[in-house]
Amino acid sequence: MIRINCPYCGERDHSEFNYGGDATIKYPSLNSSEREWTEAIFFRKNIKGFQLETWHHSHGCRMWLVVERSTVTHEIKSVKPCHPDFQKVVENNK
Amino acid sequence: MKTSRLDKYGKINRDKILSFSWDKKKYKGFEGDTLASALLANNIGIVGRSFKYHRPRGIFSSGVEESGALVTIGSKDKRDPNVRATTQELYDGLEARGQNAFPNVNFDLAGINNYLGGFFAAGFYYKTFMGIPPLEWGRGTAIWMFFEKFIRKAAGMGSASGLPDPDTYEHAHDFCDLIVVGSGPAGVAAAIEAAEKKLDVILVEQDSLIGGNQLAENDFDNSQIKNQLENLGIKIMTRTTAFGLYDNCVVGLLERVTDHISAPNVNIPRQRFWTIRAKHIIVGAGAIERHIAFNNNDIPGVMTVNASKHYLNRYGVLTGKRIVIATNNDSVYETAHQLSEAGANVTVLDSRTNFEIETNKSFEIRKGYVPYNINGSKKIDSLDISKSETINKSETINCDQVLLSGGWSPAVHLLSHRGVKPKWDYNNACFLPSDTKENITMVGSSRGLWNKNDCIASGIAGTTDALNRLGISKTNYFFPKPGGWKNPIQPLYEVKYKKSRSKSFVDYQHDVTTDDVRLAHREGFISVEHLKRYTTLGMANDQGKMGNIIGLSLMAELLNKEIPEVGTTVFRPPYTPVSIGALSGRNVGKHFRPLRVTPMHQWNIDHGAKMIEVGLYQRPWYYPKENETLIDSYIREASTVRKTVGICDVTSLGKIAIQGPDSTEFLNRIYSNGFSKLQVGKARYGIMLRDDGIVMDDGTSWRLAENEYFMTTSTGEAAKVMSWLEELLQTRWTDLNVNVTSVSEQWAGISVAGPKSREVLNNCVDDSLVVTNNNLPFMGVTSTFLKGNIPCRIARISFSGELAFEVYVKSDFANTMMDLLWANAKKYDGCLYGLEALGALRVEKGHVTAAELDGRVTIDDAGLSKMASTKKSYIGSAMRKRGVLKNNDREILVGFFPTNLKETFNAGTIVCEKNNIKGQGIGRITSVTYSPELGHWIGLGFVKGGLDKWKDTNLVGADPVRNKQMNLKVVSPHMIDPKGERMYA
Repeated sequence: MIRINCPYCGERDHSEFNYGGDATIKYPSLNSSEREWTEAIFFRKNIKGFQLETWHHSHGCRMWLVVERSTVTHEIKSVKPCHPDFQKVVENNK
Repeated sequence: MKTSRLDKYGKINRDKILSFSWDKKKYKGFEGDTLASALLANNIGIVGRSFKYHRPRGIFSSGVEESGALVTIGSKDKRDPNVRATTQELYDGLEARGQNAFPNVNFDLAGINNYLGGFFAAGFYYKTFMGIPPLEWGRGTAIWMFFEKFIRKAAGMGSASGLPDPDTYEHAHDFCDLIVVGSGPAGVAAAIEAAEKKLDVILVEQDSLIGGNQLAENDFDNSQIKNQLENLGIKIMTRTTAFGLYDNCVVGLLERVTDHISAPNVNIPRQRFWTIRAKHIIVGAGAIERHIAFNNNDIPGVMTVNASKHYLNRYGVLTGKRIVIATNNDSVYETAHQLSEAGANVTVLDSRTNFEIETNKSFEIRKGYVPYNINGSKKIDSLDISKSETINKSETINCDQVLLSGGWSPAVHLLSHRGVKPKWDYNNACFLPSDTKENITMVGSSRGLWNKNDCIASGIAGTTDALNRLGISKTNYFFPKPGGWKNPIQPLYEVKYKKSRSKSFVDYQHDVTTDDVRLAHREGFISVEHLKRYTTLGMANDQGKMGNIIGLSLMAELLNKEIPEVGTTVFRPPYTPVSIGALSGRNVGKHFRPLRVTPMHQWNIDHGAKMIEVGLYQRPWYYPKENETLIDSYIREASTVRKTVGICDVTSLGKIAIQGPDSTEFLNRIYSNGFSKLQVGKARYGIMLRDDGIVMDDGTSWRLAENEYFMTTSTGEAAKVMSWLEELLQTRWTDLNVNVTSVSEQWAGISVAGPKSREVLNNCVDDSLVVTNNNLPFMGVTSTFLKGNIPCRIARISFSGELAFEVYVKSDFANTMMDLLWANAKKYDGCLYGLEALGALRVEKGHVTAAELDGRVTIDDAGLSKMASTKKSYIGSAMRKRGVLKNNDREILVGFFPTNLKETFNAGTIVCEKNNIKGQGIGRITSVTYSPELGHWIGLGFVKGGLDKWKDTNLVGADPVRNKQMNLKVVSPHMIDPKGERMYA
């Protein structure tokens, strides 16, 4: 069972979270072209090793998180809020 | 084999006599016995019949590795098949039976299979029943299907009761710093060391007693150890198996709470499934003694040496009178000595020729000898032996028992669960655990240590390792080297029988012989994973704990390779079987999944509602009067709504509060239609698309104030929409000042629909002016009070196509609201209506729901092109006409009538052209209803090209599953009141 250290709630089972997706995607502006959106939505790397991914603490604080996780071992290197303002709060409370 | 109970041996409680039954006959045992020890004490040698050949089988071991003594415990709905007699504690009144035999294990008619062995070799079933080429090419599966049930009956084990499980189970959770698996010397040393260093420790032991293999020692007493562990605050969990290791130091445990009690308290669960979240895991799971493959090595009376020691010293049962021990290592000599001291005549065959061992000469040692063949069928008559250098029968020894020790296999299973491959150790002829980066440390004989002192040292080293890894200490430590016998082990896996058709068993439980392994090799199944699947080696419920390595060594020999080159199969959880009941815990019956009810749930039931599940929600389905059927009822309800007024519970809709200065901008980006100009006090229907341009959900948003909206979503997509909005705000549009809050549980909602709905509502609100057509026009929203000073929100929204309102109150007022509105609706001959009538009304109007918006449909497919703004960009706007989504033969929403209006159809019907009824056709019917308004069945669905293409063509509805076919007419989805005059009334 993967355990994720939520910056707000503490370490929790992954069953409290929902997997989002690739956290490195920069979504284009809404008026961008079909081509740009296609690349943002459909083109994904298949990383072996650590990758940044989003998880939603849906059964907890409901924060969206960026999790740095190894796709090979499930080892998690870091967990931080997606929202920069939440990140600041977490940093200040350390 | 003549087994007997000895007075001076054993740790059983002879003051407490327990009676039990075996194959319907009564026997007696003592408290502290296992079923196996009690059977042996009663001189019962045959306890089962083997899987394929129905050969008589006895008790091979004294633990979880048992591959012979699988029995059925209990009867009727308490029947539990394939229980290992060696781990089943005896209790008063225990009922046990042999299995896979008719009429019983002593005389089994299917024993004939033993003589047909040649036919039942590995792959027999596949080769024979999958079809005989070339006559039956392509028919293999059908033939297999036919024969399968007979084969399954003949080859097998115990059968389940087929009745609902009467027992209860529960799930439990715990946390600790360190979990220690196994209470042998290593595990206990590790636990004590850790507790002394202030770690929070759980010690898990699968046996009923702590001590591990020390329980087989004649002078071992665990009471002092137990006290010490308890005084240190260590949580000791006996009768608990660590069946699997998972990511992040999570351990799965199965605690057998009442399996050893004759009449357990019904309020206590039978078993408890534990999830332990630890910071470090120490595994001292011990090692398992292997047998040796030679001809007839399965005759009842064959046992591992260590098992015999357990039966003698723990249970006071001497397992034979004339015992031959066959070994290749030093571990048997203490047992040989004790058995002879207890009165047995013991001969040790040691395959090694050159070694020194200290003994008191109370038994004979035959150096350089191996077992060759057992004579006997239901019991051992004698043993043919051979010199180990040149294999051939050299002489015969009269004996009634043959004890085997082919070496020891460390229990590396739990580490294997983590994907850590064990490494082969040539010196000790066994697989040893490899190192892992995870916080798991192997100690004791599960890392190949054979001496007790080494085991203790390794336990302390293991805890030091744990403390270092947890950052608590930085202490140097070392583990003792694997091994510890005075003389090296000599690898011995098989003694090859000279005659053909030998029955040298590798895997007792699945009847896999050495010949089967050779056959697999001949036929090309040489990878261990293929070998396993072809011969079923190691696939029985003992998972090859005793026999796997013998199979591997044979394959290595055949391939002219070393064992590590051949590899080992991966052990997967569970280590020992886990009952399905324990896995499901309390999540059975009504508790299978969470139940959601609306605040007026009981009110609905009290007023006659029949309920239906919608997702997790219980919603009113229909409100039958007296003898009404579902159809009678919904037709009456829908007609009443169209004629006067009806009230429907719509609380299950998702409700989201959207607040903040950028709320309008936010809604404008997520909905396909414009929201920038929505006035305060107005609601708007909106459609949300996904990034890829497909419709995600629809609903309404009400502008309550400049910066506050109340959004409703569909019932099914509520959670998804909420997560989606949060994702957008937290990951993409972090500059928007918007807050979203789920308020689904906080508000109770109803729809009041029908031409009299305004009059009903008028009577229920404090200020009757608020619901006039002027003050509350179509899509108008107001926050006001119901009579009795109940704050509410009312929006004039229609799903039914009638003049209609949605009324929301805080959940606490739900019943008051229902009472108030229902009392007034009755005055207008109104009704309560359920989901079925709601469906009928919306299908008549062509309104889409989840049945239509199934995640494959674009906004244009749904006939809602007008809802796609051309004046702004929004989520999905760039993608909604990409590639195939702009093809003009896409399936478009339409209405369907049966050509013959007396006919009916079902949702799921495939729409085809008249002379081309095949495949996926040209469309599908997604929702159907009887239309009270039109007086016949109608449907909503999709057809390629839409109404324009097919409006004058007769199509066919094919429903092969229900064996139905009907002619169809394509019509506009807006089947009644297309201009919406009623809603605007």
